[in-house]
Amino acid sequence: MTDLLLKGANLLGEKGADVLVRNGVIAEIGSIPAAPEHGGRRLSVVDAGGLVLLPGLVDLHTHLREPGREDAETVASGSAAAAVGGFTAILAMANTSPVTDTAEAAERVFDLGREVGLVDVQPIGAVSKALAGAELAELGLMARSRARVRVFSDDGKCVHDARLMRRALDYLKAFGGTISQHAQDPRLADGSACCHEGEVSGRLGLPAWPAIAEDVIVARDVQLARHTGSRVHIAHVSTAASVEIIRWAKAQGVAVTAEVTPHHLALGTELLTGYDPVYKVNPPLRPDEDRAAILAALVEGVVDAVATDHAPHARHDKEHAFPDAAFGMLGLETALAVVAQVAVRPGLLSWAQVADRMSFAPARVAGLAGQGRPIEVGEPANLMLIDPDASWTVDRAASQSLSRNNPWHGRTLPAPVVATFLRGECTAYRGRVRGQFDPEEIA
Amino acid sequence: MTRKHLLSSADLSRDEVDSILDTAESMHDVQRREVKKLPTLRGRTVINLFFEDSTRTRSSFEIAGKWMSADTINITGKGSSTSKGESLRDTVKTICAMSVDALVIRHSASGACHQVAQWVDASVINAGDGTHEHPTQALLDAYTLRQRLGSLDGRHVVIVGDLAHSRVFRSNVITLGRLGARVTVVAPPTLMPSGITDWAARDGFATSWDLDQTLYAASPADRPDAVMMLRVQRERMSGGFFPTEREYTAGYGLTRERLARLYANTPDLPILHPGPMNRGLEISAEAADATSSAILHQVSAGVAVRMAVLYHLLAGETEAAA
Amino acid sequence: MVASDQTPSPTPPGARVVMSSGDVSRALRRVAHEILERNKGPADLVLLGIPSRGVPLARRLAAVIAEVEGVAVPVGSLDVTMHRDDLRRQPTRTVTPTKIPPSGVDGKVVVLVDDVLYSGRTIRAALEALTELGRPRAVRLAVLVDRGHRELPIRADHVGKNLPTSSSERVHVVLAENDGGDDEVRISGGDR
Repeated sequence: MTDLLLKGANLLGEKGADVLVRNGVIAEIGSIPAAPEHGGRRLSVVDAGGLVLLPGLVDLHTHLREPGREDAETVASGSAAAAVGGFTAILAMANTSPVTDTAEAAERVFDLGREVGLVDVQPIGAVSKALAGAELAELGLMARSRARVRVFSDDGKCVHDARLMRRALDYLKAFGGTISQHAQDPRLADGSACCHEGEVSGRLGLPAWPAIAEDVIVARDVQLARHTGSRVHIAHVSTAASVEIIRWAKAQGVAVTAEVTPHHLALGTELLTGYDPVYKVNPPLRPDEDRAAILAALVEGVVDAVATDHAPHARHDKEHAFPDAAFGMLGLETALAVVAQVAVRPGLLSWAQVADRMSFAPARVAGLAGQGRPIEVGEPANLMLIDPDASWTVDRAASQSLSRNNPWHGRTLPAPVVATFLRGECTAYRGRVRGQFDPEEIA
Repeated sequence: MTRKHLLSSADLSRDEVDSILDTAESMHDVQRREVKKLPTLRGRTVINLFFEDSTRTRSSFEIAGKWMSADTINITGKGSSTSKGESLRDTVKTICAMSVDALVIRHSASGACHQVAQWVDASVINAGDGTHEHPTQALLDAYTLRQRLGSLDGRHVVIVGDLAHSRVFRSNVITLGRLGARVTVVAPPTLMPSGITDWAARDGFATSWDLDQTLYAASPADRPDAVMMLRVQRERMSGGFFPTEREYTAGYGLTRERLARLYANTPDLPILHPGPMNRGLEISAEAADATSSAILHQVSAGVAVRMAVLYHLLAGETEAAA
Repeated sequence: MVASDQTPSPTPPGARVVMSSGDVSRALRRVAHEILERNKGPADLVLLGIPSRGVPLARRLAAVIAEVEGVAVPVGSLDVTMHRDDLRRQPTRTVTPTKIPPSGVDGKVVVLVDDVLYSGRTIRAALEALTELGRPRAVRLAVLVDRGHRELPIRADHVGKNLPTSSSERVHVVLAENDGGDDEVRISGGDR
């Protein structure tokens, strides 16, 4: 086995140090000389001068599309996209075909992820059978399976029945799970609606739904969490009112956590005017007031984590008129860069805080042992290196994803990911994954 | 003017609108002759690609193209959301694989024409996209009003109906604004478009929930010079936008009584309706018949306006994509 | 033909005046007489000017005829834009009105009136436009200036002035009704 030495890295942007990894674990941090053969073991040395070392990122919200829509993405291609984006763990949403609502289905996704071995794929289990919103799925069996499911979600859809949500929150207490709620009241959000309801949608004649469709569910669910004493997680928070409600709930001691996506932080309703379906997403892009509120909440910590909601789609599902196109954008490969642009560059978040929002906190919410750990001796070496001062231009054709619905195409972003390490093994280097680059290159 | 597409009424400057309406007058004269055909677009291919049914608009475009000597072909598009595997993009690129000069598109989704214009080399003419716009309808309405009232500068036009779901409203408010008209739009709060308050303030038109107050303003300067009634779909009732048809008619319909009162103030007030009309719902039978002489005129005006649009987009030098 | 579509400015340097306002009015007077002579009187005459400058010229010819014969000959305009063969080479042209007198053109002697005859393509378009309006007994052509360089077998019946030009030169017709000031015909450009 080869040891790994990262020389001259800037740990969390706070202090410079060398980091030695042995057997997948951080063995030493400090000033470490690079001898080509040390203690009889081979050593791979990476020049990390000028690079910031962060813990491997953890994504609470990814759509891998396998099984069912392998034309859009597979566990393999999604894992590759995650690895080049600096992720070492991703939680895969349950809205596949068939739905991940049984232990067997969860184990299948889990095993596929292990086989590919580029990131730790942690399956999310459905809350309701077939996402129908009527009956509880086998939450307990999924929790007890090899996949050890702890996060449950009907994402794509909202668990809109209050009684079902209450039962699920209660039931989860037995094994300490959480529900990731896609907050969207189906009665306020009409089936044909395709974007945020406001002046832009009014002018463009696009059927739309109002922000309150999210707010009313968030308000209801924090109360249900309080009442049941259980944990609820709000997926992709996008409105100012949601943020106010979550802030209040946390002040009351409610066990609520929340995530925001990079695209909701950076993109807004003004992009609708070209009718380009690459900007069609659920929750929809919002106006400035909402964007500012969720960014402030992320900085404050009221919103705990950034999650990508990576949603790949085949061309023929997106190349339609806006109201007919599928909802969703890619996000794994660009998430860190976008957060760097909207929060780190303007000095709102430090790299250490980014580590918290994109690794420590999501790992905590998901209950993932071994991920989102501090960069300290004895911890698993799930790490990633970024170049804080460089820029890169996004080329959707160069993506590891099988899909091309990339809203960042052509844009120049900061902080490219240089390398990603999963338990000490380099899974990605400068946009390519293990197997696509020569291991000698990274030295 | 070498405009390539007509996707939105906002594309046209005031001069362009005037120019198209002037050309339409000449085209209207041509229609009255024995030989109605002009050779101007000979050799051009115009495809009417209608994803949503519309006999009236489609035949209007078909006749307009034929009277300009263009090769005009009608194709019925399949609903894009139901055909698996073929995207809207694939559909239009296949159609445009033979050299096509213009695509006239009607689609049930707002923004469909903007999308198509990105994908094909042909000129794209919006014949109605979802609830977004219907630019040639607005031109035809402006033409009709101009024939009846002369210049529209300072004229007060009132538009009544389901504004939230109306593409005719969106195009008309822009074109009438270009021509200097004053517009007031009337609808119950549930049928006002989202963001209407800021939108109306920015674009300089007025809004009201009260039809009677708008029609019978105390000061003659505030009274309407023309009234446009928009179709209200009965399905809006099941969507909960208003409780019953009779309540809608009582508040927002052009009833016999309202018509009489209007004519008492202004005997020849033009009443427009883009059609098809729901007699008894948004417009009474009497008012519908009062507009009937305008309807036949509107049909021939529609052909003339569409001939003018085809001329303005296709006859001149083709510029590089706008 | 292209030259007369432009709005002329005060005599630019390098332009020479070939017809003064006196020359123009004398030429028109003579053309009016020729029309009457050829037609053996004013009966069945209809003067159709080709916009834009053919229209005031047609009116002036009708005025002379009215003076000489005491008869008001019908005057109208014939827009040829839709029948041109060169539309695709330029930005979209504005369409001008066609106004046919109430007595129509069937069985009449239509005299087309234009300011400059050059390639002949405008007149070809005019003949096509005219056939869609009816069936004249005869069609004649009266122009203020014939500058040669015909590309089609078209000839004028009545010419105010023959002006041999080279194709690199431009002919400007200035008429009081269109351009204000005095009438004038100028030639500019050309290789020397």
